[in-house]
Amino acid sequence: MSVLELRDVSKVYGHGVAEVHALYEISLAVGAGTMVAVMGPSGSGKSTLLTIAGTLEDPSTGEVRIAGTDVTQLSRVQKAQLRRRTIGYVFQDFNLLPGLTAAENVALPLELDGMTARRARQAGLAALNRLGLAERAGHYPDQMSGGERQRVAIARAVVGERQLLLADEPSGALDSVNGEAVMRLIHEACRGGMAAVVVTHDAQLASWADRVVFLRDGRVTDRTTPAAGPESLLRGAGGDSGSGGQVR
Amino acid sequence: MSVRHALLALLSEGPKYGLQLREEFEDRTGDVWPLNVGQVYTTLQRLERDDLIEADSQAGTDTDDDKQKRFRITPAGESELGRWLRTPPDMSAPPRDELVMKILVAMRVPGTDVREIIQAHRRYLVELMQQWTRIKDDEAEYDLSLALVVDAELFRLDAVIRWLDSADGRIKRAGGTPPPPSPANVPRLRRRMGVTR
Repeated sequence: MSVLELRDVSKVYGHGVAEVHALYEISLAVGAGTMVAVMGPSGSGKSTLLTIAGTLEDPSTGEVRIAGTDVTQLSRVQKAQLRRRTIGYVFQDFNLLPGLTAAENVALPLELDGMTARRARQAGLAALNRLGLAERAGHYPDQMSGGERQRVAIARAVVGERQLLLADEPSGALDSVNGEAVMRLIHEACRGGMAAVVVTHDAQLASWADRVVFLRDGRVTDRTTPAAGPESLLRGAGGDSGSGGQVR
Repeated sequence: MSVRHALLALLSEGPKYGLQLREEFEDRTGDVWPLNVGQVYTTLQRLERDDLIEADSQAGTDTDDDKQKRFRITPAGESELGRWLRTPPDMSAPPRDELVMKILVAMRVPGTDVREIIQAHRRYLVELMQQWTRIKDDEAEYDLSLALVVDAELFRLDAVIRWLDSADGRIKRAGGTPPPPSPANVPRLRRRMGVTR
């Protein structure tokens, strides 16, 4: 069963002459343990797709199922609960609360969901520990580097029993080394059984995904096909040309 | 890739045998550039002819058989290696990339959806990048040379995709119409770029 399934999802903003079609009949299924990247230029509908997948907005038509539940049928309270328990979000600008330490930021969604402060803190520390940030638990966001802040944001997104991780340009503000570290963590979360959707215009980020979906003007225009094993690249390379994968 | 200079670099660490050089070359380039043994010995012979390396006399290898010989770098070889490392490769040539040509040609072919062609190339490049990233994920974390080689490929492919994205945007803004032919009095690109060949 897919953790996230979009069926013929369309989104229209405005009415009449001011009507804007942000998404047209998008269908997408993401299973547990899978990372899907959605690539497209600005204005292609990537962020709208993510907000609908994250139940922050309703589609105009179509169905959104998360962990088997049709979320378009849920009340606002039920959706908020689903978001807290099932979905983790990672944004380009981290969205950490500045007045809370790293550990408090990570524990916050669990506390909001009714977990005792002590248990939430333990779970938060465990998540930070898994991401190599144990010694930063007591630091505030402004005492950490951009890369560390994003790792805290990922810890917050994967803490507890989350099944779905949604990321919007998660390494957009970071240098390439920190960006790679962020993608490794998201990849790791998928290996642990989460499903992830990463929207980006950056091919290096997208290349971490199992599948890449291309969006243009609100429509899915193309998808990658499962790639051959990496061995084929190493076999194909060689000689004095110094080129491993020629663009033909 | 200059095998000649790569061998000089390996010999700068100390005297080595031909087979040893081949193994180390492949290790240091993350196994991405396989090298056949004949190529190693031919290159060693040329380096020896040019006095950039010499047979290592201390190894007691007074023989004509290259496989029995251990080689060492000469002072002339060391200065040649230093010169090569500091010389930037020629990247000044104007673009004659086949992909660029295909997109330029596609704009002139009636009934062709250039943006669809751009997407076909973009997908292929992203698929290639997925394969390289998988290598990085599987192995490169523990192998610095391989990580550097894979990063170089990823950045190269990424640059091509960025060019496709930019071309896509320009063509969209232009409404998909092919550009008019250049007026005769506009200097040709080659001349404007100072290219004489």
